[in-house]
Amino acid sequence: MDYSQFLVMRGEISLLVVFLLIFLIDTFGGQKSLKGLSVAACVLFGLHTIWNIIPAESASAFGGMYQISPIASLVKTVLNIGTLIVLLQSISWVDTPDVKLRRGEFYELLLVTLFGMYLMVSSGHFLLFFIGLETASLPMAALIAINKKDTESYEAGAKYLFTAVFSSALFLLGLSFLYGVSGTLYFDDIAVNIATNHTPLLIATIAFVLAGMGFKLSLVPFHLWTADVYQGAPTQVTSYLSVISKGSAAFALMLILYKVFSLDPVVWQGIMWALIVLTITLGNLFAIRQKNLKRFLAFSSISQAGYIMLGIIAGSAQGMTALVYYVLVYIFSNLAAFGVISSIEHHSGKVGMDDYNGLYKTNPKLSVVMMLAMFSLAGIPPFAGFFSKFFIFASAIHSGFYILVLIALLNTIISLYYYLLVVKAMFINNENEGCAIASFRSDNGSRVSLIVCVAGILLLGIASCVYGYFTDLSLLGI
Amino acid sequence: MEYSVIILLLPLCMFLFLGLAGHKLSERVAGILGTIGLTVTTVVAYMVAFNYFTMPRNAEGVFDTLQPINLEWLRFTEHLHIDLGILLDPISVMMLVVITTVSLMVHIYSLGYMHGEKGFQRYYAFLSLFSFSMLGLVVATNIFQMYIFWELVGVSSYLLIGFYYTKPAAVSASKKAFIVTRFADLGFLIGILILSFFTETFDFQTLMSNPSSLVTETAGMTFMGCSVAAWAMALIFMGGAGKSAMFPLHIWLPDAMEGPTPVSALIHAATMVVAGVYLVARLFPMYCAVPEVLELITWVGAITALYAAVVACVQTDIKRVLAFSTISQIAFMMVALGVAFNTDLHAGLGYMASMFHLFTHAMFKALLFLGAGCIIHAVHSNEMSEMGNLRKYMPVTHITFLIACLAIAGIPPFSGFFSKDEILTAAFEKSAFWGVWMTAVAGLTAFYMFRLYYRIFWWSKPSYEHHTPHEAPMSMYLPLVFLALVTCVAGFIPFGEFVSVNGEAYHIHLDWSVATTSIIVALLGIALATWMYFSENTRPKALADKFRALHTAAYHRFYMDELYMWVTHKIIFQRICRPIAWFDRHVVDGTMNMLATVTNGVSYGIRKLQSGYIQWYVWVFIMGALLIAVLAMCF
Repeated sequence: MDYSQFLVMRGEISLLVVFLLIFLIDTFGGQKSLKGLSVAACVLFGLHTIWNIIPAESASAFGGMYQISPIASLVKTVLNIGTLIVLLQSISWVDTPDVKLRRGEFYELLLVTLFGMYLMVSSGHFLLFFIGLETASLPMAALIAINKKDTESYEAGAKYLFTAVFSSALFLLGLSFLYGVSGTLYFDDIAVNIATNHTPLLIATIAFVLAGMGFKLSLVPFHLWTADVYQGAPTQVTSYLSVISKGSAAFALMLILYKVFSLDPVVWQGIMWALIVLTITLGNLFAIRQKNLKRFLAFSSISQAGYIMLGIIAGSAQGMTALVYYVLVYIFSNLAAFGVISSIEHHSGKVGMDDYNGLYKTNPKLSVVMMLAMFSLAGIPPFAGFFSKFFIFASAIHSGFYILVLIALLNTIISLYYYLLVVKAMFINNENEGCAIASFRSDNGSRVSLIVCVAGILLLGIASCVYGYFTDLSLLGI
Repeated sequence: MEYSVIILLLPLCMFLFLGLAGHKLSERVAGILGTIGLTVTTVVAYMVAFNYFTMPRNAEGVFDTLQPINLEWLRFTEHLHIDLGILLDPISVMMLVVITTVSLMVHIYSLGYMHGEKGFQRYYAFLSLFSFSMLGLVVATNIFQMYIFWELVGVSSYLLIGFYYTKPAAVSASKKAFIVTRFADLGFLIGILILSFFTETFDFQTLMSNPSSLVTETAGMTFMGCSVAAWAMALIFMGGAGKSAMFPLHIWLPDAMEGPTPVSALIHAATMVVAGVYLVARLFPMYCAVPEVLELITWVGAITALYAAVVACVQTDIKRVLAFSTISQIAFMMVALGVAFNTDLHAGLGYMASMFHLFTHAMFKALLFLGAGCIIHAVHSNEMSEMGNLRKYMPVTHITFLIACLAIAGIPPFSGFFSKDEILTAAFEKSAFWGVWMTAVAGLTAFYMFRLYYRIFWWSKPSYEHHTPHEAPMSMYLPLVFLALVTCVAGFIPFGEFVSVNGEAYHIHLDWSVATTSIIVALLGIALATWMYFSENTRPKALADKFRALHTAAYHRFYMDELYMWVTHKIIFQRICRPIAWFDRHVVDGTMNMLATVTNGVSYGIRKLQSGYIQWYVWVFIMGALLIAVLAMCF
């Protein structure tokens, strides 16, 4: 066997090294070194991010099982940045008594799921893809249930596990249909073999594959687990679940649709059309009524997933660029919101929207960060969220989906309402009375992460070179 | 000359720093920091100017146009993209010098003038923002970048006019300035869109390489009797007319005097208001391709010059007199551009004259405003009737003010004489009609400026009972002395060597017949002013009574503001806004309310979907997947 093929997997290997180092420290390190584990994880992961920041060239290994392209490599970097922010935000959280004993597991499980996502993003064969999908899903259930003393966390873990297993089963069913239709599981070969073979079986395949991925992306109607799990899971895990897991799944879905079903996009575009409308609208409708901020962000992230899908349905290089860009901006905006929520939860244990009334009086800086995050999520110019929405709408318009974009636009009005509710609570409500949350100083890890997020929100849209760079990479093809 | 980017970055950083952290600094530190920042900017600008003009000329005898930096910022189509960069050519380098010099003087002056004002740090932050935007405007490499900075300049002007935001007059003046210039900028934007649609570029250099491209691209197309090219260029001029306060869009400038006086000196006399002239000069080869628009520019400029000069003769608020004189002088520059009919070195004399006058006017008008600031500082009033005989109390202000008055009146050897003479020569070359018109306005200029001068420094002695006026502190009179020196020597700068219509060196020579006429007319104006205002007498009142109707009309600025009020209230508000408001309230709001009600209702109705039972979740999941499969097969 030609071992040099492993060199193509640069990102995976360095992630594995980080994982093993943390595993070693966790297993053999003394009490003292365990205390530094959180910082060590951030530093190691930061090095891993920098090491992989230059996109890899297109290559394939192991007979086409593993395929890497510049844009896939960029997606990994985007995921890395998001994961790094999550790690920064969890520095103080892993030292709380409930989690302290299991902090090693937190990092190991997290990195394993990321490894799974890496495999999904750069696989060329459905077997590898499925392994990646499972690696990204099952340890997540353990992460969600990591807080042993919290029954809600347990319930959330169980719900996630059941739904994940169920969706995997459906996905596998789809795969076996696909094998039946095409006689192979290599992406490239399937694309060739199904070109002339339009059976109902193929359509069922597409539906089941979409359902399986729809679970990871929490598309309606495969979204019902989302709110309960987001609410029950520790906030750090929720934020990881809502951005990193979702971002990787979005790209993976695009990979499958572009590579495998590229010859006949009309079939899946019709399905996607309906899914997007349902997802954006229902996500919004549920978000309006939420009083718990984590639950609120769960529904907001459902409707955001719908917007991300607009890049996929466009079916063009422009859509691919817009999708990756959207995910990057979404990472910054959503993690800024989750960073504020987790800080406040850490210090006061409060997550209700009413508790945030008058927050500006006690914690002005956090309120401003939260406001920027909400503005960016709602897509108000000149923040990055506006540009990402603009580009993703533009890509869908260019492919002719006018009505779909119109519906999406109407939905942004509804979403503006509930995002501004949070801003109103912080700045306008209880102007003269006190706030339920006392003034506090958040930990340094959260501060750094929030500064990074705010810089991203403010600068990503204006620095147009970022989008230009993404365009250049995506024109090289997946 | 990549280092020229410092000229933009430094004021921007100063703005961000003073704006974000200013309230934590003491007044003194913030002011000095801002001034140091601008001093460095000025030094760099001078270095750029020196290096640029000592560069060897190229084979055609002109200075190369440099683009040290040009980054693509937003790409619309294959051809159209907005860049951000720095363009160095003779006029932009000249503007860099003017802006940084005046801005530095104003920074220093304000240390004394604004001392103890509430919001001192904010004031310096805004000054930095303005300097940044104005510098960005003049070095723009493309018309869209210019538009971006154009709006930024408008915003900073708005912020500074409304600096005393507790004063209702200042607030309404700032709104007026913003709305009127924004309205004009609407035309500018439409002009840009037409221009770029047909020429497929925003870039100045591409446009200049083929100035008639717009005309050839739109050949044969007309709209309401005028060619499309003329429309585009006239609309762009509309933006310039708004910023440069050309009749009938001038109404905001006199009110803008509600802002602090140094701000008036910087923004509303020396720099921002000449942006319109600069815009026309920047696109001058394109304007030459549409002579009918140049004709329009001449008419607008000439009417404005006369109108503002007449109004300035009877105003009693000294800053308003200066404001109208500014309008009139900028109109001189516009006329000069309008009468330059092509890009030939001699026929295009007006172009050089206009830029020369822009340069000298910036200096002496800033000097006049800063002097007026000293006077207002001393007597705590803007009204002439509260002043008189101040020469004894404020010697430095008196001498420098006199120098500036002589310069603006066009008396040699002060700078205004030389530049105004070039303008008059250019006007006479076009036709005797314009020459006589502009010479008459120049005579009026001399009259109203010396009326102002005598009323402030001579006339009678009002009883300064409460306190005796005294000379301003050093930080305030040093800029006056510096600007007065510049005013004395600037006329001898061989300006044509650096700036001319096609870039070749032009040797300025005085046309003595024109010069003599203009000196005589100016002296007549001064003599009349001396006769009327040298000492207290009843001649002005008698004259005013004799021409009662004209005097009252001029005093009320020929009722232009009233006309605007009538049009906005009676026509726009009543006939246009009311129906729109009704439509908005009932139809638009109604639709939105319906959307909200439906959304709310549906959201309430479906809340049971999220039951919390995993069995239900899985049921929906499988049903969803099957439904999708079935539906996809049906279609």
